[in-house]
Amino acid sequence: MTINPDLQGRSYPAAEVYDVGREKIREFARAVKATHPAHFDVDAAAALGHSDLVAPPTFAIIIAQRADAQLIEDPESGIDFSRVVHADQRFVHHRPIVAGDRLVAELHVDGVRAMGGGAMITTRSEIFALAGDGAAGGSRAAVATATSSILVRGEGQ
Amino acid sequence: MSLASTSPKFSELTVGQDIGSRSIEVTRTDLVKYAGASGDFNPIHWNGAFATGVGLPGVIAHGMFTMGAAVQLVTDWAGDPAAVVDFQTRFTKPVPVADTTGTPEPGAVIEVSGAIGALDAEAGTARVDLTVVSAGQKVLVKAQAVVRLG
Repeated sequence: MTINPDLQGRSYPAAEVYDVGREKIREFARAVKATHPAHFDVDAAAALGHSDLVAPPTFAIIIAQRADAQLIEDPESGIDFSRVVHADQRFVHHRPIVAGDRLVAELHVDGVRAMGGGAMITTRSEIFALAGDGAAGGSRAAVATATSSILVRGEGQ
Repeated sequence: MSLASTSPKFSELTVGQDIGSRSIEVTRTDLVKYAGASGDFNPIHWNGAFATGVGLPGVIAHGMFTMGAAVQLVTDWAGDPAAVVDFQTRFTKPVPVADTTGTPEPGAVIEVSGAIGALDAEAGTARVDLTVVSAGQKVLVKAQAVVRLG
């Protein structure tokens, strides 16, 4: 199956809310061998001016890859996940992610480029924090932009 | 808000300055932990037969594990994880992780070093360029972290 070129320019709206928990920050920090106290100790985070535990710089990948899954699992995309290779990744942080944040991601397909029998697909997740109880229609603040390129290998690649 | 007293001062930095290096030992257990923490359960990161079946040399580390572990050098140097306002890389070579279960040996070692690549006085930011090598090969390319400093 080939990649659908009409994917370019497509957007997937914010789906489920991701609640950032302290234990998830600690678990993710340990998993990337981070030892900074601001990931583990609320007082240490507060001493740096943060309202709660601070997530490591690549934590947003959890939310971004959930957003990417909407595209990969879209039957119209033509993407075979077993042939996907992560080519590049970038995070721009508009403000730190901290425990207690309620995050949503909007996914944008910024590029689809044929490469051999496969394709390079560039996606951008715009991650926002919901204010207050996070009710639909409430205000939200930009938290991070995660940009990713995946190479979907064609047959024989 | 103030950064930790150990934070580098922007005015004291120069382009090309070394920020240090470290060696990260990786085991299969680390990959399982990263899979669980991140939600990325692609079997190429934990099942050898599956990995070789899709043409890989064996189980490989998640690119995002390598990226996430490499930036810790920058985080610790900066004194505040939130100081890393921009972080990017390209993934160029996989990091195969041997199965050393039951021994004290790592399955792979990732060597990370960093140097100041650029300074932006207006923004008060320093770009740290990371060199990330495993088994003699560069596994990340254009690994750059922009750090906001006081």
